[in-house]
Amino acid sequence: MKNSNIALIDYVTGLGDDSLILGQRLSEWCSNGPFLEEDLALANVALDFLGRAQMFYDYAAELHNASSSAEPITADDIAYLRDAREYKNTLIHELPIGDFAYTMARQFLIDCFGFQLMTELCKSADKSLAGIAAKAIKECRYHLRRSNDWVLRLGDGTGESHERVQNAFDQLWGYTGELFEMTDSETELLTENISVDKAQLKDAWLKQVKDTLTEATLDLPSDEWAISGGRAGIHTEHLGQILAELQYLQRAYPGLNW
Amino acid sequence: MNNISSNMYDDTGRIWSLLDQITDPEIPVISIRELGILQDIRVEKNTLVVVITPTYSGCPAMREIRQDIAKLLADEGYQNVLVETQLAPAWTTDWITPEGAKKLHDYGIAPPQPRGEGKICCPLCGSNNTQLISEFGSTACKALYKCTSCLEPFDYFKCI
Repeated sequence: MKNSNIALIDYVTGLGDDSLILGQRLSEWCSNGPFLEEDLALANVALDFLGRAQMFYDYAAELHNASSSAEPITADDIAYLRDAREYKNTLIHELPIGDFAYTMARQFLIDCFGFQLMTELCKSADKSLAGIAAKAIKECRYHLRRSNDWVLRLGDGTGESHERVQNAFDQLWGYTGELFEMTDSETELLTENISVDKAQLKDAWLKQVKDTLTEATLDLPSDEWAISGGRAGIHTEHLGQILAELQYLQRAYPGLNW
Repeated sequence: MNNISSNMYDDTGRIWSLLDQITDPEIPVISIRELGILQDIRVEKNTLVVVITPTYSGCPAMREIRQDIAKLLADEGYQNVLVETQLAPAWTTDWITPEGAKKLHDYGIAPPQPRGEGKICCPLCGSNNTQLISEFGSTACKALYKCTSCLEPFDYFKCI
């Protein structure tokens, strides 16, 4: 396999992993939402992320099959048959859902980032990646509109909602730095204008987060600590638990079909 | 085209009208052509290629639509069929045909309005005194609204 292909598969798979793991997390709210409309909304957002994972994995499988003479693989193999160490999602996506404020705070931080990332990825020299991004960006826009609204409502709501959402941001903040870290694959692909230079996204992201938090009467957390490792396959204890549930059926009954 | 016995594959006009019978599983009054999901029909190396595009990336109806297409064409005698999914250019509500938009309205779903252009009218009583209840309705492509005149809730097909 060519080196650039290895880097591209790694990159595409990581983007798929972020989407799948967050989609799986969000789907935990299904039938547990605070009220019916919100239950539907969370399930719909989860579905968008699962769909995005499917697009990235389909493309990763296509790249893999084109450059390998081994048995062809499918998107499902990528999702269901890898262990935690092979998953490359950044850590913020795998953290437990917490309370509703925590879920929406995380969603807001990720939606802000996703909007910036997909806007740039639309310009990728890789036509397939640009196509997926052009599809995803439309969904990012209304995801962000909604999570932004919720941060405002919770922050500028009751004393309790304010406290909960502030705690959520404080707990999540140390995981946001990892979103902007470049892997070796991403740096390599940047020379061909395939990947996105994420360092360039940080200022716009921070401004958007700051503006919303200020309007929501919330404090921007301080950079006291930061943790990363997801892209290298070093995860929190939570990922294994997610995979145990997500992969159960395929692991127990290999090759089972719908 | 040597292996194909008749020229039925060349008559793409007939295939377009055949596939116009296939409706969205969630909104059974509108066809996949009227929704802009059906993008292209062409013949390539003895195979009939039907190109479709998803409305939303996670749209669970796509699998069913693919199966419906394959089944209908097989029933009509088309053996070599490939249903291809195309992502770019990304689907937009602008591709819903005017007759499709009318069918949505008559079914009780407010059709998409270009952003900033007028209020969303209640498909039941026609009033434009409506308000958003939730950005998400019964499916990813719809939002939930309420009419403040007739008080009925209704789905609005989101504009993307």
